[in-house]
Amino acid sequence: MRDLRLALRAGGGFGLGLAFFLIMTVMVPLSVGPQPDLLASIAPGVLWLGALLACLLSLDRLLALDWEDGSLDLLATAPLPLESTVTIKALAHWITTGLPLVLAAPVLGVLLNLPLAGFKWVVISLLLGTPALSVIGTFGAALTVGLKRGGLLMSLLVMPLYMPTLIFGAEVARRGAIGMDVQTPLLMLAGISAASIALLPFASAAVLRINLR
Amino acid sequence: MSIWEYANPKKFITTTERVLPVLWAAAALCIGGGLIWGFFFTGDEVRQGSTVKIIYLHVPAAMLAINTWVMMLVTSLVWLVRRHHVSALAARAAAPVGLVMTLIALATGAIWGQPMWGTWWVWDPRLTSFLILFLFYLGYIALWEAIEDPDTAADLTSFLCLVGSVFALLSRYAVNFWNQGLHQGASIMRAEAVIGTDTQEKVSNIFFYPLLLCIIGFVLLFVALVFYRTGTEIRARRIKALMARERVEA
Repeated sequence: MRDLRLALRAGGGFGLGLAFFLIMTVMVPLSVGPQPDLLASIAPGVLWLGALLACLLSLDRLLALDWEDGSLDLLATAPLPLESTVTIKALAHWITTGLPLVLAAPVLGVLLNLPLAGFKWVVISLLLGTPALSVIGTFGAALTVGLKRGGLLMSLLVMPLYMPTLIFGAEVARRGAIGMDVQTPLLMLAGISAASIALLPFASAAVLRINLR
Repeated sequence: MSIWEYANPKKFITTTERVLPVLWAAAALCIGGGLIWGFFFTGDEVRQGSTVKIIYLHVPAAMLAINTWVMMLVTSLVWLVRRHHVSALAARAAAPVGLVMTLIALATGAIWGQPMWGTWWVWDPRLTSFLILFLFYLGYIALWEAIEDPDTAADLTSFLCLVGSVFALLSRYAVNFWNQGLHQGASIMRAEAVIGTDTQEKVSNIFFYPLLLCIIGFVLLFVALVFYRTGTEIRARRIKALMARERVEA
């Protein structure tokens, strides 16, 4: 709990991710043109991509702050296993970044002329998918935590890992928006999220231990 | 005699140095022979004409691009379990080779696709997953380069390789699904299926034997390159250790 509160207070990540999401969504019509049909067809994908990038950008501060002031060393030696610490960190990241994105997505959907049927599925897919983004991102952050300028490298490492989540998540939203059956991608998306949450904290903790050596 | 003897860097270097000339020669012989056989002594394919001959580069490179990652996965596991430095260095040495193989496969595929499909690039599942594999290689190499302490770098990249393998496999199936979701039964898919089965079942032996020779040659080339590069890595690390010792003594 202390960890969660710390992460919440630690910074402007909360607002910044959202602001980025908003700006990104505003810039898409400016770059591809304002035709309602075109926007409606790309809206689910744009919302997913925006959420993913906003998630990615806020990963930097996830572990780096604790690394710099040394509290990560304390957490590693604390009685709580590092695996759970990492999971809680990812959860905190999701609450501060993922959840606001999920809540903001329908509003931005209006801007992008998202079909009415799509709102429900965009929210559901983001709700299921963003936890996976947070957990995978935590792994990436743990890999690069010791580096001076790890941000760009982390993007390079994390983006390929995000691809399955993005594909299935955007597929759910896209199919939902045009009224197709969403069951298969939805199940796959949920599966990826569940498996990532269950298994990746072990990898993240192991990587963190190596970095803290 | 066991394979673990070669975990000793000295033993590894002396043995590979004895084997390397043979490997280079065999690889050159196989690739050269296969290509000449394929290019000049087989007829043109009925539908595709002479463009089919790029298969002798495309298929071996594509096979190696995938198998290099598998080899890196195995050596990473060996490093994590048994802490043999040669194993970690072999994974490091193999990554750029895999990257180049992926690039060759993509480039020859584009050159082949242009006359056959009328386009350099389509978002076909196979093509897309290769592009993703390319990105995985890039990230892996970048992480090796970014970390200074060699043991930490080896550990971290090994973990990246393990996790990356799972996600690369996932991407492969995700991409498959994604494309079918986009265009149901596109003609590209069928063309791809025909070409894909070509190498195993459909192609007549006239094309198959030179192709097999090329594949063997590429594998030999890969082994030679990895041995050579691993030897270089070992020596580079030795030089570093020697220089560090000299600095301490001075």
